[in-house]
Amino acid sequence: MSGMVEVERHEAQPVNSAKVRQPLYEARKKIFPKRANGNFRQFKWLVMVVTLGIYYLTPWLRWDRGPYAPDQAVLVDLANRRFYFFFIEIWPQEFFLVAGLLVMAGLGLFFITSVVGRAWCGYTCPQTVWVDLFLVVERFIEGDRNQRMKLDAAPWTARKVMLRTIKHTIWLLIAVATGGAWILYFADAPTLLVDFFKGHAAPVAYITVAVLTGTTYVFGGLMREQVCTYMCPWPRIQAAMLDENSLTVTYNEWRGEPRTRGAKRAAAEGIAAGDCVDCNACVVVCPMGIDIRDGQQLECITCALCIDACNGVMDKLGRERGLISYATLADYQHNMDIATGNGAHAINPTLVRDEKGKLSDKLRHFHVRKLFRPRSLAYFAAWLLVGVLLLYGLVTRDRLEVNVLHDRNPQFVVLSDGSIRNGYTVKLLNKIPEVRTVTLAIDGLENGAMSIVGVDEPEAQTFTVELEPDRLKTLKIYVRQPFENVAGKKQSFSFLVEDKENAEADQYVANFEAPE
Amino acid sequence: MSEREIDEISGVETTGHSWDGIKELDNPMPRWWLWTFYVTIVWAICYTIAFPAWPLVTKATGGMLGWASRSDVKQEMQAAEAAKSEYIAKIAELPVEEILADDSLRQFATAAGAAAFKVNCVQCHGSGATGSVGYPNLNDDDWLWGGTPEAIYTTISHGIRYGDDEETRFSEMPAFGEMFSRDEIGSLAKYVVSLSQGGEVEGPGAQIFADNCAACHGDKGQGDQSVGAPNLSDPIWLYGKTEQEIISQIRAPKHGVMPAWQARLGDVTVKELTVFVHSLGGGE
Repeated sequence: MSGMVEVERHEAQPVNSAKVRQPLYEARKKIFPKRANGNFRQFKWLVMVVTLGIYYLTPWLRWDRGPYAPDQAVLVDLANRRFYFFFIEIWPQEFFLVAGLLVMAGLGLFFITSVVGRAWCGYTCPQTVWVDLFLVVERFIEGDRNQRMKLDAAPWTARKVMLRTIKHTIWLLIAVATGGAWILYFADAPTLLVDFFKGHAAPVAYITVAVLTGTTYVFGGLMREQVCTYMCPWPRIQAAMLDENSLTVTYNEWRGEPRTRGAKRAAAEGIAAGDCVDCNACVVVCPMGIDIRDGQQLECITCALCIDACNGVMDKLGRERGLISYATLADYQHNMDIATGNGAHAINPTLVRDEKGKLSDKLRHFHVRKLFRPRSLAYFAAWLLVGVLLLYGLVTRDRLEVNVLHDRNPQFVVLSDGSIRNGYTVKLLNKIPEVRTVTLAIDGLENGAMSIVGVDEPEAQTFTVELEPDRLKTLKIYVRQPFENVAGKKQSFSFLVEDKENAEADQYVANFEAPE
Repeated sequence: MSEREIDEISGVETTGHSWDGIKELDNPMPRWWLWTFYVTIVWAICYTIAFPAWPLVTKATGGMLGWASRSDVKQEMQAAEAAKSEYIAKIAELPVEEILADDSLRQFATAAGAAAFKVNCVQCHGSGATGSVGYPNLNDDDWLWGGTPEAIYTTISHGIRYGDDEETRFSEMPAFGEMFSRDEIGSLAKYVVSLSQGGEVEGPGAQIFADNCAACHGDKGQGDQSVGAPNLSDPIWLYGKTEQEIISQIRAPKHGVMPAWQARLGDVTVKELTVFVHSLGGGE
């Protein structure tokens, strides 16, 4: 029995073989965004100054509300359960106004996204604004992209340690200021700031500042784009908001492809080259570290810095701006159809140009008309509706209120002269920071009379009550009627409160109970 | 799952799951996520060492920080006591009239009195202080022993017909069943009923009342608070308003007993109860 048996070797690999196994975890790839110059960058600087200005300066604005209320324009007074916003003061039961504002913010975000894509992400999101601010510091200390990359790769020399120390120190200072500004919204800013540095502020103030310092430093300085890509739900949700008519930052392949490194050489060789010279200027400025030429992607926050970078290159080359531009998917598709002969062949950039080499008239560009389409109008209408309802609620809300709670036990009391008495807890709400003198009266009980516990006055139908500024006053009130007026019936009557001076009034319909 | 599938566009392997044709890419997780996960595990372990956590047979581990929710409660209770101490000191010092005159003190005492009432008084007087047969309603303005703050304070302090207190209020109505005939008592009862209904009926009852009852209950049946004799001319009856109920009360009167509370609850609580009862609407 012998002889070698030929065994066939199969070409196969176990599915979990080390050769094909992907890593489960991946280290962050460092991004060194280069400084961009251009219109969008200018606009972003402006937005940054305005938003940071609003955030840091608002607590310092003053607003005179008289002697009985704080003079801080925007104040969330948790201890006294009041929220002040310039001329508006909100009590806890009016918090629906704030909830309504949040609903408006949500609908507004949908509206903006349906029209201009992730404009919130690219320009105004705190994450974007603070990362931008941290990058300004980083560039100032370490230099622009190339110098930073060099420094990062360099060994830890004294200079590197010094630069890094300075950078992180400034970052931390910004982070402390960010956390510090936050707490100023919850107490009188000048007082709290002094207390804070003297060590007299409440522990919760220090804890809040510490937490926000940590998050600002970590999110703005260390994690940056990772927050948007991995932590934020909006990049996933936005896909449902966008449609083919939403503006997004788009690489216009129909005029860019095929890419070429040397325009002159391409021309000499008679190759129909696109406008993209593959200089990667769009990639190096991207704070997310992506290539917009790969198309719309989850990571893109549409900050439009690649548009600025590419426009700069196009200017240098003497070509039209807008190789990367805000465009809608529909326009892009239309123009692609021109360049590819409706998909019959690869992109031929000469097709989008006329005989003189100018971009063809047949190309479609964004038109303002696109803003007015059912989807965006529906979002806007919903936003407006909530806004109008809130405004109505705000304008018509009562600043003087009366609430009444009938005694449950006992519901009525028979008195020695045979008359019937009912007890009520009456709450008078004076929602303005002024002392008020109001009249409290009962209406609808012919021979009824009331008395107030603790008020040493004879029974009457009307009392004068002093209300403290911005406070609730609780009164225990007894209403009495002769037996003849009540025998066996349940009567309805009103408590009326009136501030004659301010021409304000409110009423509460209550019941008078009597034995069968 | 055995076949690897690479997504054409991204070049990334898919998880193999498909939802309506949409496939999930199997991108590697960010490494910081892994570290964060480890940190939470370490945190959880440290947390259970620092705070009470691991169940043992009869109790749980105490935690190295020595924290316990019970000590928090104790602290909060102490803080609450401290916050009340100022009011309580004032109540201890002032007579009831002055407590009633001070708005904030009155409100505090009313609330405290209501709490004490719910523990000590509702068993007889009811949760709404409305009483029942034999137990007076404290909401109305008909008082057996007086409705002034002073009188209420004395009543609560020393009780009524309470043998263990020397200063207790005491009075006793004779049992007229032994003195008068059935007819005489019936006539008297008719007269008493008429007193509270405005018109006085003629008959022997009027004379019997004038001779035997008016001394305590008054000539018009208006009662006498100094001896706890009820007002018979109003529509409020402790033992019932029907003729039959009145007859049985004349024949063999029932006498209510109320304990003395001063020794049991202390002066401050009695004052708080006084303010509360006085505020129920009938206080004089």
